[in-house]
Amino acid sequence: MSAPTLEVRNLKTHFFTRGGVVKAVDDVSFTVEAGKVLGLVGESGSGKTVTGFSILGLVDPPGRIAGGQILFKGRDLATLPEAEMRGLRGNRIAMIFQDPMMTLNPVLRIDTQMIETVQAHAKVSREEARQRARDALGQVGIPSPDERLKSYPHQFSGGMRQRVAIAIALLHKPDVIVADEPTTALDVTIQGQILAEAQKLCAQFGTALVWITHDLSVVAGLADDIAVMYAGKVVESGPVAQVLDAPLHPYTLGLIGSVPSRNHRGEPLRQIPGMTPSLLNLPAGCAFRSRCPRAEPGCAEPPPFAEYRPGQHARCIHPHQEAVAA
Amino acid sequence: MSATLVAPPAAETLAEPIIELRGVSKRFSKTLDFAGRLAKRLGANLREEVVHAVDGVDLTIRKGEVVGLVGESGCGKSTLGRMVAGIMPPSDGTILWRGRDLRSLNAAEARNAKLRTQMIFQDPYASLNPRLKVQEIVGEAPLFHGMAKRSEIGTYVDEQLRRAGLDPSLKARYPHQFSGGQRQRIGIARALAVQPEFLVCDEAVAALDVSIQAQILNLFMKLRRELDLTYLFISHDLGVVEHLSDRVVIMYLGRVVEEAPAEEVFRHPNHPYTKALLAEVPRIEARKRAFAGVKGEIPSPLNPPSGCHFHPRCPFAFDRCRVERPALKQVGPGHRSACHLNDAA
Ligand SMILES: Nc1ncnc2c1ncn2[C@@H]1O[C@H](COP(=O)(O)OP(=O)(O)OP(=O)(O)O)[C@@H](O)[C@H]1O
Ligand SMILES: Nc1ncnc2c1ncn2[C@@H]1O[C@H](COP(=O)(O)OP(=O)(O)OP(=O)(O)O)[C@@H](O)[C@H]1O
Ligand code: SF4
Ligand code: SF4
Ligand SMILES: [Mg+2]
Ligand SMILES: [Mg+2]
Repeated sequence: MSAPTLEVRNLKTHFFTRGGVVKAVDDVSFTVEAGKVLGLVGESGSGKTVTGFSILGLVDPPGRIAGGQILFKGRDLATLPEAEMRGLRGNRIAMIFQDPMMTLNPVLRIDTQMIETVQAHAKVSREEARQRARDALGQVGIPSPDERLKSYPHQFSGGMRQRVAIAIALLHKPDVIVADEPTTALDVTIQGQILAEAQKLCAQFGTALVWITHDLSVVAGLADDIAVMYAGKVVESGPVAQVLDAPLHPYTLGLIGSVPSRNHRGEPLRQIPGMTPSLLNLPAGCAFRSRCPRAEPGCAEPPPFAEYRPGQHARCIHPHQEAVAA
Repeated sequence: MSATLVAPPAAETLAEPIIELRGVSKRFSKTLDFAGRLAKRLGANLREEVVHAVDGVDLTIRKGEVVGLVGESGCGKSTLGRMVAGIMPPSDGTILWRGRDLRSLNAAEARNAKLRTQMIFQDPYASLNPRLKVQEIVGEAPLFHGMAKRSEIGTYVDEQLRRAGLDPSLKARYPHQFSGGQRQRIGIARALAVQPEFLVCDEAVAALDVSIQAQILNLFMKLRRELDLTYLFISHDLGVVEHLSDRVVIMYLGRVVEEAPAEEVFRHPNHPYTKALLAEVPRIEARKRAFAGVKGEIPSPLNPPSGCHFHPRCPFAFDRCRVERPALKQVGPGHRSACHLNDAA
């Protein structure tokens, strides 16, 4: 069996700040095969973006990868020299940010930016590069791409800008795309367009897609597998249907339960008590302990990340073993 | 249990209107910046552009109702909310507060109407004065309006905080010392402190994580029961709106395109835009579905399409749609929709 496109193993990315060590990512593991979508979900501050940045080698001091492996077709990116990483970034591995202006340069025309990106990794003529840029815009459903190439980013709507950013990520038909909440700021009718493009893309080019979001409903319809993060750790992972229909971890169950459509109209929503603890001040053992209805004395020890059902892992010593109607 | 939370439809039709909007519009002129004004003085052919943020809206909200207002970014939800809350005058049309034209109220009555309606915003941090302690933020207005005596203000504030689900022992802290969900609770306590009967919530849970969002939505529903509050609940999240509204109003580019009891909108949407919107809402029940998206971009409100604003994106558009604005017409009990297709049938 050949190595999966992307395999993250026990990744730790810590920030060594004056106030202490912020363990933003502290034992994250998941695998994405070619043509598959992994939904990386979790609430604000759980470490999703830092995980994405780690894969792209974009973590800046005082942060650094403090442990684990990021295997890209079997090659460890965590220890790859920056010069080699630069050859992969934007070429074989690309990122789409929540704010498309992280990708786009406001003072350059779209064609200038796209041609530069093409020529950064491919020895082709300017004309050939322009042709590729044009094709990429067409792929993400931008009408009259020739005219659009001559525009500046501010001449586009938010949804259009995000599609241009996606087109740029597509230029080299990367093997891996990490998309960090690319539709969160967009309206649903535009979000639908972008999700449709994402689906086409994986199917056409066999791209392995990591889709970061806090919205379980987006992941439900888009992803093959899901990894749920809480306070820097993946607390549950597995195939979407299994995790959403039969969650093992009490946090996953709580999250699903608090989605309005999973509740009877007008009745109180099921809610998770309390709030997310500060990363600088986590309870010992299971970080979810102070909010967990199933907590027991044994939870004061760090729970292992164990496979309770084929392909479905959870970081909990007392998981919901039988399917619970969430 | 749900019976106590969702007002029965019969009560809705009987309850008196708290607020009525008749043909209300709001226009903003996008004033030229300095360079623009200068260019114009020098003879350049520049016009001041006008945004029809809200364009001829009729809306009635009755006592005890929760009305959900949905629509995409820039369609005029916040502008409508501000006019309903009486903090922004309309450019055109009439707003009746308990049957009386807002413009006809004397100063004391107008102040009272304003106090009775409170607004809760998306970004609790931006709407809380960072230099004031929580007790001052919550206690300021009731003290000023004589709702609590200075000697009793401590207990009064504690009661508001407790009601909003905050520990009163934290009241000497500043807003930055709280989490997002807690700050939203401070905003709610501040609004409740002036004893409102009507809350206009503008994306009040949009910035919160789902688990915290559930806590705040539950609080809104509990307060509704306990204090007999009426709500205009503005949100772009259809799941949230479906969960807690009795009635739903859908806007597109400044206009109301459909209005109906919540269950009716979600089960039998009439307007092509509503249908498209509902089809695109991601559902947690869905597995590996094919997304499609509504074709086309959301047009600019500076230059909206003629006739029915939705016609460039509408799969059913025909000639009439390009020239004539469809009127909001009854299509079922309490159900109104603005689409020419309803005439053809
Ligand atoms: N440069 C930094 N220095 C210190 N801490 C950091 C730094 N960058 C991120 N963190 C911390 O790492 C944690 C994880 O942040 P991250 O941005 O990955 O969260 P997230 O899951 O993407 O959240 P959101 O949904 O809000 O985007 C947070 O607690 C954050 O404060
Ligand atoms: N004070 C203002 N001056 C000029 N234009 C304004 C002003 N307030 C709103 N607008 C414009 O009016 C239109 C409606 O804006 P509004 O904020 O009411 O929309 P919204 O539906 O609340 O959008 P969102 O979902 O993004 O909050 C927009 O085009 C906006 O740019
Ligand atoms: S390990 Fe214990 S505290 Fe943590 S989620 Fe499982 S039952 Fe709850
Ligand atoms: S009036 Fe015409 S364009 Fe507008 S929604 Fe109805 S069919 Fe579509
Ligand atoms: Mg993030
Ligand atoms: Mg708004």
